[in-house]
Amino acid sequence: MREVYSVSQLATYLRELLETDLHLADLWLEGEVSNLSRSTAGHTFFTLKDEFAQMHCVMFRRQYGEGTVLENGVQVVAHGRITLFEKRGELQLNVDFLQPAGVGIWQAQFERLKAQLEEEGLFEPSRKRPLPAFPQTIGVVTSPTGAVFHDICQIVGRRWPLAEIVLAPTLVQGDQAASGIVEALAALNREPDIDVIILARGGGSMEELWPFNEEMVARAIYASRLPVISAVGHETDYTISDYVADRRAPTPSAAAELVVPDRAEIGRRLVGHQVMMTGWLAGQVARRHGEVGRLALDLRRAVPDIARQRERVAGLLRGAARAVAQAASGRRERVNACAIQLRSLDPRGTLARGYAIVQRRADGRVVASVGRVKARDRLDVQVSDGSFPAEVSKQYGF
Amino acid sequence: MASEPAESFEELFQRLEEAVAKLEEGGLPLEEALVLYEEGMRLAQRSQEMLDQAELRVTRLQDAFAAYREEGASHSLREELPPYPEEDEPLAEG
Repeated sequence: MREVYSVSQLATYLRELLETDLHLADLWLEGEVSNLSRSTAGHTFFTLKDEFAQMHCVMFRRQYGEGTVLENGVQVVAHGRITLFEKRGELQLNVDFLQPAGVGIWQAQFERLKAQLEEEGLFEPSRKRPLPAFPQTIGVVTSPTGAVFHDICQIVGRRWPLAEIVLAPTLVQGDQAASGIVEALAALNREPDIDVIILARGGGSMEELWPFNEEMVARAIYASRLPVISAVGHETDYTISDYVADRRAPTPSAAAELVVPDRAEIGRRLVGHQVMMTGWLAGQVARRHGEVGRLALDLRRAVPDIARQRERVAGLLRGAARAVAQAASGRRERVNACAIQLRSLDPRGTLARGYAIVQRRADGRVVASVGRVKARDRLDVQVSDGSFPAEVSKQYGF
Repeated sequence: MASEPAESFEELFQRLEEAVAKLEEGGLPLEEALVLYEEGMRLAQRSQEMLDQAELRVTRLQDAFAAYREEGASHSLREELPPYPEEDEPLAEG
């Protein structure tokens, strides 16, 4: 016994059949426009035909590629999916993108996907993530052979050899490339230590670069938890990957340049910091030096017994001299002269010229004042190439 | 200090820039400032050493496309490559 279907059952069956066919759900069709009409609701109905066949088309929203004129007689390329219009038992193409024919199918597909992903928000500037300033581990998705990976290693190695490069190898052209790229991106995202990903391919024809215009690649970049730099082809090549990625680099070499800092420049900054700090230290020493001199002078004025105090001052000055500069003599004029001279000189050489920092051994405190030491205190005297121990004279004191 | 494990350049450099900024700002007691100075100089030296001694490491995910991870392993096996891989036969426009 053969089952008898109702017309509705058949229509439903056919519609489901059509809509689950992957080819018919994602179809590019070229033909001449005829029977063009527009409904008050803004829908557009037309027929695409060639010499031997025709297909009903409906467009529910306007989504034209650049330069598209929709009128009877023009040749267009449409994208959409085939469905069954059950009420009339007719097949129709639900068009979601339309472009003049002759622009080239690659261009048409590119424009359609770009428009769609843009509308979905995949290119939003607000979702672009900053690149890490000092990446330690850089994932690279590209072909394991050929110049691109070599160049990236060369440039990163020259600029920032502190980094590690982790290659996730994949084909970058041909039918297998898009899924390979998707898997490579996913594999790097599973690694716990990658900081940033470069997706790279050398120059080629639009067909060769095509995997980087595939929707699945765009969505994989969007889904990446790590920031992605897209570096595909030459400077003039723009791919969908470039629009979705957190950053576009005009070439793979440019991506390698921008992903890491420059060792030479950071080295210069390090030297700058060292110079600043050494200068600061020299300034401190000079200031304390002056204070010690003033203190010695005050002491001398305050004490009436000149002869006896002169000796004490001399002793203090010896301490002061040890505190700031081994070379200082016991005379305050010399101490002051040194202070003035020191301030006028390049501060970096201060320690090297023989000044020193004196610290009390017992607690490590810097001796910045004669009152800080007493007879027999043990001291450490730091000079340019190290330090040596010292002891305050046993006659020192008040 | 030599015993600090796996310090990153970024951390060292950031601490150095902080130390320098504090010294430049001034107003610290000498003892504190000296400690900062010594710390800063050590950080600068350590950073410089890291820059001087660094050598690029290049590895390759060995089994990116297979079920690759041991239970509990933190990441997949990586195959060490020479730091600057030789150029192979160039692909057509590769």
